[in-house]
Amino acid sequence: MSQDWIEREIIIEASRERVWSVLTDAHHIARWFGDSAEIDLRPGGHASFGWKDDGTYLAVVERVDEPNVLSYRWARGVDEKPAEGTSTLVEFTLTEVPLGTLLRVVETGFASLHGTEAAQERAANENTEGWTQELAELKEYAERQAA
Amino acid sequence: MTVQPGDQQQAGGAERDRVLAAMADPTRRQLLDMLAADGPATASTLAAGLPISRQAIVKHLAILAGAGLVTSSKHGRDVRFVVETERLAQTAHWMAGLAAEWDARLAMIKQIAEAQR
Repeated sequence: MSQDWIEREIIIEASRERVWSVLTDAHHIARWFGDSAEIDLRPGGHASFGWKDDGTYLAVVERVDEPNVLSYRWARGVDEKPAEGTSTLVEFTLTEVPLGTLLRVVETGFASLHGTEAAQERAANENTEGWTQELAELKEYAERQAA
Repeated sequence: MTVQPGDQQQAGGAERDRVLAAMADPTRRQLLDMLAADGPATASTLAAGLPISRQAIVKHLAILAGAGLVTSSKHGRDVRFVVETERLAQTAHWMAGLAAEWDARLAMIKQIAEAQR
């Protein structure tokens, strides 16, 4: 998954089990992701994340590998059903490190939208390298262009 | 919380989607690099430096133009393409906002997890 968009990580001084529960327990989620949350923690399970001043975003759980990996597909629009082309995939990976747990999040799929010529072309062209441009690279590029 | 997920859907979202999709292709990134490095060029000039047909390049340039990443102008019989930086900068800014949002969420997860050890 090193080929996609937003990738961030943090070291947490707590066990993976602890971090896993913060990631997956609706009670905890509502504290770090929106204002309310529901999650059915199994592949295909539905989840929803609510923001008081915005609305509810729906998600579908893709992968549950406790306490290593959690991923879900998250709709881009309020009350939309998450589907390929209208959602991004969020994947959390938990790795044991000497200090505790390395938590990494990767959000992908920003470029694979339906309806654009480029997306269709990509779908038709299976050997595409996919989206290899990382944020830093894009930012650097934009800055270089602007200079 | 500076960036809400809803921002993805607000004004500018469609343009941004086109920029992201246009930038997803390595050939198009290369074309942008060439135009940025060497200045305005025609499709034929660009084709001379790449192992793909002029026709394919014209198609890629059309996608870049559709995303607002390049513009073209006529000079006699030539059509010259120029890089436009604004859209790209806007998109990079938006992505930086989303990344910052994840940083804030991860920091919050850390705080919660460490508080309840």
